Amino acid sequence: MKTIIALFLSIQLPFILTAQVSDLKALKIIEEIDKNMFSKTQIVTSEMIVYGKRKKRIIRSRGYSMGKENNFTEYLFPEREKGTKMLKLNERLWIYSPTTDRTIQLSGHLLRQSVMGSDLSYEDMMEEKRLSEVYVAKIIQEENYNESPVWVMELVSKVEGLAYHKRVLWVDKNKFVPLKENLYAKSGTLLKTTTFSDIRKINKRWFPMKMNYKDVLKDGKGTDFIILDVSFNSKIPEGYFSKNILKK
Amino acid sequence: MIKFIIRGILRDKSKSIIPIAVISVGVMVTVMMSGFLEGVFSDVINQNAKLDTGHVKIMTKPYAENKEQLPNDLALLGINELIDSLNLNYPDLIWTPRIKFGGIMDVPDASGNTKLQGPGIGLAISILSEESGELQRLQLNKSLKKGRLPKRSGEIILSDNYATKLNLSPGEKITFFGSTMEGSMVFQSYEMTGTVEFGSPLMDKGTFIIDIRDAQNMLDMENGTGELLGYFKDDKYDDQKALVIAENFNAKFQESKDEYTPVMFTLKDQNGLRESLDVGDAFSGIFIFIFILAMSLVLWNTGLIGGLRRYNEFGIRLALGESKNNVFKLLLIEASVIGLIGSIIGTSLGLVFCYYLQEVGIDISKDVANSTIIMPSVMRAYVTSDLFYIGFIPGLFSMLFGTALAGRGIYKRETARLFKELEV
Repeated sequence: MKTIIALFLSIQLPFILTAQVSDLKALKIIEEIDKNMFSKTQIVTSEMIVYGKRKKRIIRSRGYSMGKENNFTEYLFPEREKGTKMLKLNERLWIYSPTTDRTIQLSGHLLRQSVMGSDLSYEDMMEEKRLSEVYVAKIIQEENYNESPVWVMELVSKVEGLAYHKRVLWVDKNKFVPLKENLYAKSGTLLKTTTFSDIRKINKRWFPMKMNYKDVLKDGKGTDFIILDVSFNSKIPEGYFSKNILKK
Repeated sequence: MIKFIIRGILRDKSKSIIPIAVISVGVMVTVMMSGFLEGVFSDVINQNAKLDTGHVKIMTKPYAENKEQLPNDLALLGINELIDSLNLNYPDLIWTPRIKFGGIMDVPDASGNTKLQGPGIGLAISILSEESGELQRLQLNKSLKKGRLPKRSGEIILSDNYATKLNLSPGEKITFFGSTMEGSMVFQSYEMTGTVEFGSPLMDKGTFIIDIRDAQNMLDMENGTGELLGYFKDDKYDDQKALVIAENFNAKFQESKDEYTPVMFTLKDQNGLRESLDVGDAFSGIFIFIFILAMSLVLWNTGLIGGLRRYNEFGIRLALGESKNNVFKLLLIEASVIGLIGSIIGTSLGLVFCYYLQEVGIDISKDVANSTIIMPSVMRAYVTSDLFYIGFIPGLFSMLFGTALAGRGIYKRETARLFKELEV
């Protein structure tokens, strides 16, 4: 019996150890990604280019975020959207419209609606959870993507209630930044793809300045999200994350 | 002679009660079913025409392909010019634009924050224009449950169910939150002036109505519309005419390379109505045919039994020298009188029931509460002129036919054997 156990262990142990090492490596990688992509605070001025059926629209906004719970966005351009504000506190989202002087709260399935006709949903904009905290990662392949060596990683949700149950990431081995991401529903259906480009080094971190979100259930070439300016860990006044900011 | 036959029928109830009862019941059911099916099919057509399809409808090709998603980014543009050309080419029709759009209706509390909200479907019609005829077409005055209809821009009416869900009363403010034709975020506050009941569960669930101009401004659809509906000026749908118009219109754009080419559809070519109504028509035809056939068989059988019962009577009459033709002729006249009486009773009863179903109807709102097609919540019969003969003629002829088949036996009787049979 002892011989059988010893034989079994001698065969299985290298595999078990290799798997554990691989899991640890995967965890380290997504922690590095989190370090690049997340910060205590973030102030981003961006342009969202929505490719409509008949014309394209450019929407400029400035977003302030603190941790993973608080986010405030003010739309700057075009005239129609100017002054519209969005505030996310924990799991709740409010939108303020200057034309009607109304604040509307969105919740439940309404958060899955598209933001301004783009391929992004309110849920996508709200979800700022660190990958290492909510997903279990494993490396499934190593290859080249756009001439950069990448790890292809599979991330499966370890908590309930995430917008995407599974993510497949193509992670740049040198910069620890995803270059491409496929987002899946719990059923395994591919819902969205995101590509990251124009990766720049800002304050000792690599950060993608251009993203393309593509809802695979929609026609068209997706929505471009271009970062014009970003600052990490800058001080943001507390008042930016209170409902009073909406009507100011 | 007729008087003599009627007296015979009345005196010998055994030869009249069962056939009259069978004919009456048969004719009554035929009349009732015809009136009911006619009513239901007409209501389905009228309701679809009024609320959704028009007698003909024009949309862009891609809009038509995705119309369930209300894709206003694929809407028709330059509709004023299109309507001018349509008025010139098809003078029998009145054209009216309609925009359908989805969004959230949000009810504010005293400080302007969300108190209640719910998703809804907006229907933008020419509600403020008298000439459009939309108020009469949709019978909004009749459907009004609370308050009044919009009189000016910035006013809105909701389906009564929707208003109840949002706990909203006439005079209160409500904000629409949705997106424009191109997808921009849109907020627009309205004053709710009243509630309506459309009589269609699909529409009554969560529909609101605003004026088309308000919708065009709000959704950035200036001189545009999702759908352009055409109605015959006499308000009666003529499928043949509609098909010719649609064919003619579509032929003009056949070679067009524009992605947003307009396409015209007839009422029956939308919402699967042609198939449903054709199947319904065939079903009602088959039903009536089977019913008349069954009634004829029953009456034939009744005639046969009557013939057997009256075997001796016929024998004596033949023995006394009455001709076979005369016996058969009198039998047929007798059958006609019975058929006539049964048909009159059956048609009268059928019409009474039809009238009751026309006025009261059968409420199916609970059964079709989750229906995804436009259909009336109350099924009604229609008393139409054809109901006066649709059961009457078969009632009369089935008795005659049954008796004629049964009476053939008269010709098989041989005078030589009659006395032996009668034991004279």
